[in-house]
Amino acid sequence: MATVGRALLILALLAAAYGIVASIYGAVRGRPEWVASGRRAVYAVAALATGAFAILEIAFLRSDFSFQTVWAHSSTTTPTFYKGAAAWSSQEGSLLLWLWLLSLWSSLVLFLTRRQLRRVAPYATAVLLGFAAFFSALLVFKVSPFHTLAMVPAEGKGLNPLLRHPSMMIHPPMLYSGYTLFAIPFAFAIGALIAGQVGAADWIRSTRRFALAAWFFLGIGVMLGARWSYAELGWGGYWAWDPVENASLLPWLTGTAFLHSIMIQEKRGMLKIWNVSLVLATGILAIMGTFLVRSGILDSIHAFGASTLGLPFVMLIGVLIVGSIGLVVYRREALRSENKLDSMLSREAIFLGNNLVLVGLAFVVFWGTFWPLIAEALTGTRRALGPPWFDRYTVPLALVLVLLSGIGPIIAWRRATKANARRNFLVPTALALGLGVVLAAFGAASRPLALLMFVVGGFVVFSVGQEFWRGVGARRAMTNENPAAALLSLVARNRRRYGGYLVHVGMAVLFIGVAASTAFRDARDVQMNPGETARVGDYEFRYVNATSRAQFTNAGNLEKISLGAVVEVRKDGKKVTTLRPDRGFYPSTDDSLGPIGRYLAGEATSEIGLKAGMRKDLWVAMTPNIRAYEPTIEEGNRVFTALQGKVPAEETGAAIGLALRNRIIEPYRNDPPPATFRYIVSPLVTWIWLGALIVFGGGLVAMWPGPDAARRRARARAAARVAEDLGRTQARSTA
Amino acid sequence: MDPGAALVILAVVCAVAWIVSAPLRAGGEQVSSERDDRVAELRARRDAKYREIRDAQLDLDTGKLSEEDHRGLDRQLRREAADILRELDEAES
Repeated sequence: MATVGRALLILALLAAAYGIVASIYGAVRGRPEWVASGRRAVYAVAALATGAFAILEIAFLRSDFSFQTVWAHSSTTTPTFYKGAAAWSSQEGSLLLWLWLLSLWSSLVLFLTRRQLRRVAPYATAVLLGFAAFFSALLVFKVSPFHTLAMVPAEGKGLNPLLRHPSMMIHPPMLYSGYTLFAIPFAFAIGALIAGQVGAADWIRSTRRFALAAWFFLGIGVMLGARWSYAELGWGGYWAWDPVENASLLPWLTGTAFLHSIMIQEKRGMLKIWNVSLVLATGILAIMGTFLVRSGILDSIHAFGASTLGLPFVMLIGVLIVGSIGLVVYRREALRSENKLDSMLSREAIFLGNNLVLVGLAFVVFWGTFWPLIAEALTGTRRALGPPWFDRYTVPLALVLVLLSGIGPIIAWRRATKANARRNFLVPTALALGLGVVLAAFGAASRPLALLMFVVGGFVVFSVGQEFWRGVGARRAMTNENPAAALLSLVARNRRRYGGYLVHVGMAVLFIGVAASTAFRDARDVQMNPGETARVGDYEFRYVNATSRAQFTNAGNLEKISLGAVVEVRKDGKKVTTLRPDRGFYPSTDDSLGPIGRYLAGEATSEIGLKAGMRKDLWVAMTPNIRAYEPTIEEGNRVFTALQGKVPAEETGAAIGLALRNRIIEPYRNDPPPATFRYIVSPLVTWIWLGALIVFGGGLVAMWPGPDAARRRARARAAARVAEDLGRTQARSTA
Repeated sequence: MDPGAALVILAVVCAVAWIVSAPLRAGGEQVSSERDDRVAELRARRDAKYREIRDAQLDLDTGKLSEEDHRGLDRQLRREAADILRELDEAES
């Protein structure tokens, strides 16, 4: 099967190369049959990539260790869900996933536009196939998922324990869906530039939903990563401005800007250069995000480590940047705006402001992420920029962004009068300021930036709430529906608008959660023995007793040692909850650590003790003191090293398990050395996840297609009114 | 190479070649003409304009526009829509 998989990838590369030539030839020579053949090459690449991916998945699910990548990233004891997801935990598997998703989305968009965009689609096809050819070539020549092992091992190395978390397994497909979906508007923008159709509304309409879907999936991927960081990494935070985190945020920021400013181009024919530059930058940033994870060029907990893929990616990114800039300059005349801004007091002006802030944020994040490289190139010394640097610039920008997201919904398109604007701003502003006064009275004034975020976040919620209130009222005045029905039909008939409003509310809730959990958290690192208590904020954390557990495989081999604690939490003398943090140790394959030492020196995972609530999270991580057992470990290493070759391996394995149980695992439970605990009491963390859910719910509403009948009714009503106008105009001209 | 694998690969190569070359063998691919592209473009602009008209109505209903402002804007938008419809009629005829 590996041979078949390899052959499918070679065929995909050949089909992609053929499709590029066929599409361009067909476009240049006006030969539609060649264009159609090029489009079918995309479908062929999708089918071939699907076959290759299926072969890899089946190999993982069957634990077929003749596949090197299966052996390196899975084991017979890996749960089935993680086996299925382990395919993309490897470099090779993740690149294959990228190719597969790209080919699927490409097939979909080209099928939907097969009878449209005669001049643009062939070039877009060539660009998409160019990406497919690049990734196929990497898989064929550099990192094949179908390398086989001459001697098939009985057991695999297993999945990286840090990845044994549901959100971490769904995180890559979401991210890659986002990246590959952003390739669609990128490709069509390039096609429009080459074909000179840059002002056309049609290519924007055809690809807008793909851009929205990309934003949706990429956002989910980013949030899943944050959740994994909070729940799994043991440091108590959800965002560290890590380079790979930033790399996924960058295209999301510019994509968000694009989704807003494209509305202005649709309505007013403005911002064409801006929009085409944004969508090209977003596509390039999506490739750069993939590059950062693959090349190991920046130090990161996420990165796969140094690889040979850096140079090909740099070359691709170079071609994309030079090509994009060249095309925009070449078509700059055609990209001139058709209209000007009618008024600074308009939704268009607010969108423009929002765009500038989003691009500003993207620039800050970009600079902070790539600064280590730039510094190293200039000075020879690598200097990483940490969270304080990022916070200094992103916090003020985030405040402005949230404020604008509250102003946008309550200001009219084209031109708002001052009197109307005053009327619309009055209630949300008054409520937001009132909220600020109340929160300040309760102590929030000690953190002015956080208080400011609460006020502007509140302003967003109140302004959008006012919009829904008035919209429902207007609907009920027309139809006599009850409030719930009126709300549903209001949203159903105006999905883009009200879906967008929900996204704004979600972002406000999320930022309120970030501000509160950052500014008002109490954290403490403390070394404790059983029976001791530590006070953090208003809470008392008592280390009740130690826990320990050994997990064995079906074959009787020790798979994991967990050393943990039972922690009781009290407030004002009353018990709040019991938390059970622990640290899991998986055996290392590094023999130099010794037969006993490898069980405690390999990958370790943190299981957090967490009580989450709408008002507060109580978070505990613990690190047992393994160094206290070093003499025991060294003695065990000596004994079992001496036995190697003299005793059968199965007996040695069982003896090691028994020794670990008797000399470390059981004693730890009964008489543990002091352990280090990190306690965090943090308000409103749950609002971050809740805000994210609202954002993505709003995104779903915005991109959900309305039923055909409803679209036709809406179009017909507007058409009737315009026809009436046309009729009056014609009558006047013939009179 | 396993004979079974070789057979599968050969079958896939033939299938891909057949599918990809089908339009070349059939010839005379039905594709949109320049006129069709122009009509599609105008329809997209028409729909966007209708959406603007509806948005303006909703802005009036939710108090973001006064009656007077809405009247002026609505008239302007309908004029723009009428221009697009005329162009669309010419393109379709």
